[in-house]
Amino acid sequence: MANFTPLSAAIGGALIGFSAVLLMLLTGRIAGISGIFGGLLNPDSRDRGWRIAFIAGLILAPLLAGWIGYGMPTPKLPPSWTVIIAAGLLVGFGSRMGDGCTSGHGICGIARLSGRSIAATVIFMLTAVATIAITRHVLGS
Amino acid sequence: MLMLASFLCGLVFGAGLLISQMVQPTKVLAFLDVFGAWDPSLAVVMIAALAVSVPGFMLAKGRSRPLLAAHGFWPTRDDIDRPLVAGSALFGIGWGLVGLCPGPAIESLATLSPDVFVFVLAMAGGMILHDVWQRARPAKSPDEALARRPG
Repeated sequence: MANFTPLSAAIGGALIGFSAVLLMLLTGRIAGISGIFGGLLNPDSRDRGWRIAFIAGLILAPLLAGWIGYGMPTPKLPPSWTVIIAAGLLVGFGSRMGDGCTSGHGICGIARLSGRSIAATVIFMLTAVATIAITRHVLGS
Repeated sequence: MLMLASFLCGLVFGAGLLISQMVQPTKVLAFLDVFGAWDPSLAVVMIAALAVSVPGFMLAKGRSRPLLAAHGFWPTRDDIDRPLVAGSALFGIGWGLVGLCPGPAIESLATLSPDVFVFVLAMAGGMILHDVWQRARPAKSPDEALARRPG
């Protein structure tokens, strides 16, 4: 547990929860990123404005942080395009099929005490843990 | 006003992911790697988020309507069906492969990393693929057709 950062995790987590509550209190929308982003891709969608605005805020956050001296390091992804593309396809397809991701189910859904979201969160945590156990410890990449 | 509120919420959400370092795939994978050098930070992020969102959502539920919209868009379903189980399982596999989920992936576009752009494009592709597949499949029952709502 050498890299455990409980304080920054708690502050950041509280902000994420606060954002989800604020979005519901003000706009009545669920802060599920796959739903917000997926709705933009749907040709039938008529409420694009708030989705674009939320995503713009999300992308602007690290740029603002950079201006005040807290630049965001470039995320480290696996060195294989195949793995990155496969993972992206799975995350996109799976979050759409399962009606949500870490934010929509994991934060908003559990906060509503939704059985559906609790089940989804347990399932994706388990398959994610199994995936890294296999890739790191069985295949040893 | 609705747009401004959404924008500010996106900004706060992004700040939360940044401060908690959940934008770093290595940090997320260190949590998921329970058989390695385990880092429980992600669990603390979730607990802290829920400590705010559980009472916050109770408050929101008690109100008749949101401040800037005619009504709240609360999810209505609470059944655990096959698409939920299969979809969540697939999502978890993708998440475990690289350590990126939709929020951090989209936020990381700000770093202009080509890897992140490829991931987000593939993610959008996966979403579109799912929606096209759903539209092509005939609805089995009126309930199911009703459940296929956009967004």
